Amino acid sequence: MTEVNLTVKERMSIPRHEMPLQNPVVRAHNFSEVALGYDLETAMAEAERCLQCKNTPCIQGCPVQVPINRFIMALRAGDLAKAAQIIKEKNNLPAVSGRVCPQESQCESRCTLGLKGRAVAIGRLERFVADWDLQHSQDQIEKAPATGKRVAVIGSGPAGLTCAADLARQGHSVEVFEALHEPGGVLIYGIPEFRLPKEIVRKEVAYVERLGVKVHLDCVAGKLYTVDELLHEQGFDAVFMGTGAGLPVFMNIPGINAIGVYSANEFLTRINLMKGFRFPEYDTPVHVGKFIAVVGAGNVAMDAARCALRMCGLHQDGKGSQKPEVHVVYRRSREEVPARAEEVEHAEDEGVQFDFLTNPVEILVNVSNVVTGMRCVRMQLGEPDASGRRSPVEIPGSEFVLPVDTVIMALGTRANPLTSEAAPAVERSPRGNILVDASNGRTDEPGVWAGGDVVTGAATVISAMGAGKRAAADIDAWLREKDKDNSRLPLAV
Amino acid sequence: MFKIIEKQSLTPNTDLMIIDAPEIARKAAPGQFVILRKDETCERIPLTIADFDREQGTVTVIFQKVGKSTRELGELKSGDVIRNFVGPLGKPSTIKMYGGRVILVAGGVGIAPVYPIARALKDAGNYVYVIMGARSADLIFWEDKMNAVCDELILCTDDGSRGRKCVVTEPLTELLEAPWITGHVWAIGPAIMMKFCCKTVEPFDAPIDVSLDSIMVDGTGMCGACRVEVDGQMRFACVDGPEFDGSKVNWDVVLARKKVFSQEEQEAMQVWNREHQSEH
Ligand SMILES: Cc1cc2nc3c(=O)[nH]c(=O)nc-3n(C[C@H](O)[C@H](O)[C@H](O)COP(=O)(O)OP(=O)(O)OC[C@H]3O[C@@H](n4cnc5c(N)ncnc54)[C@H](O)[C@@H]3O)c2cc1C
Ligand SMILES: Cc1cc2nc3c(=O)[nH]c(=O)nc-3n(C[C@H](O)[C@H](O)[C@H](O)COP(=O)(O)OP(=O)(O)OC[C@H]3O[C@@H](n4cnc5c(N)ncnc54)[C@H](O)[C@@H]3O)c2cc1C
Ligand code: SF4
Ligand code: SF4
Ligand code: FES
Repeated sequence: MTEVNLTVKERMSIPRHEMPLQNPVVRAHNFSEVALGYDLETAMAEAERCLQCKNTPCIQGCPVQVPINRFIMALRAGDLAKAAQIIKEKNNLPAVSGRVCPQESQCESRCTLGLKGRAVAIGRLERFVADWDLQHSQDQIEKAPATGKRVAVIGSGPAGLTCAADLARQGHSVEVFEALHEPGGVLIYGIPEFRLPKEIVRKEVAYVERLGVKVHLDCVAGKLYTVDELLHEQGFDAVFMGTGAGLPVFMNIPGINAIGVYSANEFLTRINLMKGFRFPEYDTPVHVGKFIAVVGAGNVAMDAARCALRMCGLHQDGKGSQKPEVHVVYRRSREEVPARAEEVEHAEDEGVQFDFLTNPVEILVNVSNVVTGMRCVRMQLGEPDASGRRSPVEIPGSEFVLPVDTVIMALGTRANPLTSEAAPAVERSPRGNILVDASNGRTDEPGVWAGGDVVTGAATVISAMGAGKRAAADIDAWLREKDKDNSRLPLAV
Repeated sequence: MFKIIEKQSLTPNTDLMIIDAPEIARKAAPGQFVILRKDETCERIPLTIADFDREQGTVTVIFQKVGKSTRELGELKSGDVIRNFVGPLGKPSTIKMYGGRVILVAGGVGIAPVYPIARALKDAGNYVYVIMGARSADLIFWEDKMNAVCDELILCTDDGSRGRKCVVTEPLTELLEAPWITGHVWAIGPAIMMKFCCKTVEPFDAPIDVSLDSIMVDGTGMCGACRVEVDGQMRFACVDGPEFDGSKVNWDVVLARKKVFSQEEQEAMQVWNREHQSEH
């Protein structure tokens, strides 16, 4: 490694390093990862851009406070193992967050360089270090001595996995209960392979298991067991609920139950969890037509649109008939799009079309109840509403029909419905979200914590991880405190 | 991994499996279902719990071999294992002492889900009628078992090869016309049969429950594939059902949505047939 000693000015003059991407024309036909990652040389060069600011504003932007300056310094010194170790002090799943964090609105938005030029590519560096670590580390598992305490974690999404890993490190015996046949939550069933390879998720889960966490699949809380039973019959000392927000919201318009209308969750689950993109080798079918409309413009909508495009591409190969079209239909304008800018760009490069200021009012069907079109109206932006966004208003007489054969609804999700059956006594909001003390994840039921999307509604991977971490710290403190209290009590018998 | 303790062939196209699943057996209730996945490349198949034995720790499922996935499942033997077996899912049937008699209509493979409901209703003290219908005699199974858990069993077949030669709505009408209050009716079987049972019951004002076997993926309320329309509202069969008030079900939606993947199902069946012909 050559010793480099640059001045601030020199560092600031290095341009931000672009991430190599798979060619859009090629990638529109495959499910391989789009962003290819830095190589060592590029990562080292990008690391040189960091100014090592004393007040580290970047860390304030990270929901789990990754010691960004320190890991970049270790990377700069060529000590990748140490860089990885520093990240993992705060972040159990860096190969995931490095890929899917909305960095531009979190850590990178606060970077000193971001103010003048372009921020240090913190997410890309985190991904680089984490990927290196997955390939090279012999991870020395350091754990506190066993406490004899048992914690049950419901749900194996980022919130549950993070909470489980942290508690296992503290010496507690942790068991995760997951409803589906694979662990990972949205990371496995929602976010597509080309954005987050499932191999990465499996490796991260394997790491959590090596910490001693036992993962039980096919175990639906509220059906097979309740939180009460875990605490009072099965001998768990505490329970963390990370059941997520998966319940899809549908538009209340005619034709919503027609054949060819999916929720984004169904569409993505069939493709990702059930590997529908490999039908008929894998049995689960996904029907994709030639003209697909995705309603909504969040990250979920981008994923659905890009999956639809790829499914068309796969089916069209060799047949060469009509060119498939995928449209994102959104009632506001480009400025209000909630998806990450990078995802929108990638989608556009791949050929997804955007119909802004457009709102569906009816799904048209034939006699067999199969989708034949979508009646839409044009919108214009009116006065700002309560959320500060300008609310869309219908333009009278602007109706038109989009000749679609498939409609994917990506309008958001709510708390998973079985959450209430799993813990009927835990207080929830009218929308079904679990109410907690945000500083530590405690619910109003003693011994029960919750965090992630089931508390906040659909949010981000890293905020779910942050919630899992805060709850783990509080559960650990609570268990140790309880032990102290108990030892003060006179022994029964 | 879940072990198949016993496998039986009940009719030419219907198989039974007793699965070792003590935790699910402990919680199972009439009206609930499981989702199973034979192996890594298989679909998640929802099947009603036809029986359960808490002491033996077993759950029984009965399935009709209608497509690729169920045919593959039918190739498994006693001693083989199933990769995933999740449950008990869905809301249990409402079991209580109803004022008057209860009538359960079981069509075809619907005999399976009706059995545990009949048994529980009888245990709860009800006078239980079961009407069992099938296309022909060779498709009827569990006649003795059903006889043991109901007060009166009426058999009918479309071709008259066993029991009365009629469709199930005929004895149902007769029972409803008889001067005895009907506390509750269940109809479980092909969607079209359930629809006609609801029509039959309508003028008599008797409450009727049906079990909707929508297409499902996760079974936990996360995908909406199983959505149905009941009383003008969208409901998810996997978490809000599978049993619903039959008088409020929009049957057009139920019947149409079952055909969502018919093209792909046929394609999978063709591939399966080709592969199996070349094997033999
Ligand atoms: C398509 C899509 C794309 C996204 N893209 C991004 C992105 O790019 N960046 C980003 O930061 N965020 C993204 N998100 C959001 C992010 O994935 C979620 O905020 C995050 O996964 C929430 O984590 P969680 O652990 O709270 O819940 P989840 O990941 O939803 O996990 C919950 C788990 O609990 C299980 N469960 C539910 N009910 C039960 C029960 N009764 N018993 C047992 N288990 C149960 C579920 O099966 C699931 O495995 C995306 C979300 C989706 C759907
Ligand atoms: C709650 C519930 C309980 C059920 N109980 C039983 C039972 O006890 N015995 C039994 O024989 N069948 C039952 N079914 C139906 C059974 O799940 C389907 O027959 C099976 O999935 C068909 O798979 P296949 O690949 O063999 O057939 P396919 O070729 O895929 O389809 C054949 C038929 O099955 C329907 N079907 C396909 N996939 C599904 C799916 N995922 N969910 C529901 N229906 C589907 C199709 O609409 C079609 O009519 C139940 C379904 C539900 C939802
Ligand atoms: S976890 Fe996310 S927000 Fe935090 S440093 Fe990494 S990429 Fe940035
Ligand atoms: S704010 Fe930017 S330049 Fe400063 S330490 Fe953080 S990453 Fe480096
Ligand atoms: S099967 Fe997915 S919501 Fe019911």
